[in-house]
Amino acid sequence: MKYIMLIYGDPAHDTKMTPEELQEEMAQYNAFGAMLRNRGTAYTGEALMPVNTATTVRVRDGKALTTDGPFAETHEVLGGFYMLDANDLDDAIAIASQIPGAARGSIEIRPVVVFE
Amino acid sequence: MTSHVREAIEQVIDAEYGRVLAVLTAQLNDLAAAEDALQDALIAALDQWTAKGIPRSPAAWLTTVAKRRAIDHVRRDHKRAAVRDDDLDTLPASDSEDDPMTDEPFPDERLKLMFACCHPALALEAQVALTLRTLGGLTTEEIARAFLVGESTMAQRITRAKAKIRAAGIPFRIPDPSLLPERLDAILAVLYLIFNEGYASPHDQTQKRDLCVEAIRLARIVVDLLPDAPIRAEAEGLLALMLLHESRRDARLDASGSLIVMQDQNRALWDHAQIRAAEHLLERALHRRRPGSYQIQAAISALHAQAPTYADTDWAQIAELYSALMSLSNSPVIALNRAIAVSMVDGAAAGMRLLRPLASALDTYYPYHAARADMLRRLGEREAASDAYERAITLCQRPHEADYLRKQRSALDG
Repeated sequence: MKYIMLIYGDPAHDTKMTPEELQEEMAQYNAFGAMLRNRGTAYTGEALMPVNTATTVRVRDGKALTTDGPFAETHEVLGGFYMLDANDLDDAIAIASQIPGAARGSIEIRPVVVFE
Repeated sequence: MTSHVREAIEQVIDAEYGRVLAVLTAQLNDLAAAEDALQDALIAALDQWTAKGIPRSPAAWLTTVAKRRAIDHVRRDHKRAAVRDDDLDTLPASDSEDDPMTDEPFPDERLKLMFACCHPALALEAQVALTLRTLGGLTTEEIARAFLVGESTMAQRITRAKAKIRAAGIPFRIPDPSLLPERLDAILAVLYLIFNEGYASPHDQTQKRDLCVEAIRLARIVVDLLPDAPIRAEAEGLLALMLLHESRRDARLDASGSLIVMQDQNRALWDHAQIRAAEHLLERALHRRRPGSYQIQAAISALHAQAPTYADTDWAQIAELYSALMSLSNSPVIALNRAIAVSMVDGAAAGMRLLRPLASALDTYYPYHAARADMLRRLGEREAASDAYERAITLCQRPHEADYLRKQRSALDG
């Protein structure tokens, strides 16, 4: 079976962290990754850009509606995800609006952090 | 000497800021970096133009110098980050700033920048602020004052929007044909919102820049940069609509600053040259055979502009145009305007019949009560008319419009 594990947290916490605390947290994540590799678990994981970079797409009556921000309706819960490369946000919106779930629920598009 | 250089710099900021910024943004693919580079170039201009004279094309000079500065920045940042990008080596070296090539073609990329600023992934108020800041060249303080929010709130709104453009990958390009119509609608909606904001607070002396003039300027850019094709119809319609509203500017307010409704305006004060320009634009738009709400609204406004008096207006055609508008978007406000037009053709009783179904939807909308009051007055129902005026006055947020309603109510007793 395949599982996705979504990490929820308080964004205010991230901005309050000192560089040392941030480094400590990165080390903990690296250790977690090493632990998974050691037990032979294949995985993929990414950190997401802050929630204020989120864009939501929903398709209604065949028309894609794009809005600023994350999910709007609280009864919607996360049901799956795709991670892929797109040229820019418009390209990503064009792809997202073809996801079947966009016609009933909504697709939140978040850029993935690239660590230099 | 310095003062005349300062003047030249101010002039280029007023006239070309958006255009230079758009070229830089398209080339650097980064709005914030483009703004920083342009600031650097403006500072450099003060020294260099004082020392060596004002270049033949100040805008091209600024663009070239800003681009060099930006490339220097990128190069420095990448050196720090142990250079990953080999392409950087192929970039031209930053040579002397003596003689940037002023003859190289200076493209107009403002439409691309406008599509980025009015991207639906940004909140509407952010779209408006960003458009005024980047393309209008208004200061954050000016925008904050126009929209009655604190300067720091506005600065934060603009900074966040720019950060989102960068982080979320909002592109600086003309959208694909499948997206183009709705994305263009978004730009037009932002421009009309800017215009209406300016129109609602006419002759505000505290504003250095007039939002109506700014919206018209930006709409003209959109019209000029769109291909000469059906896609341009609604942009032309909006520009015509704004020009028509604006043509009544001098007739809208009396000496004390109170609003004069169209009915009571001195039509000789209307700007007839502007009306003709708008009619010409609208005609061109209608020939494209792609009708839309701005074109219909402009057509309604043009009928008002052509009428010798309020009573002699072609109300029948206006009522029909409102019906056409209702078939595009069935809003109760449009239905209200149609009811007013119908009341002018078929009488106040016919108008009242059309108002009745709107009662609950428009209960808190003062123009509904004002229209109802006027129809009741025409039907001779003084008391009911007075009550309706009262309700309209209570709901009206704009002092000069409330003044007008008070005058109407007192006239009932006369």
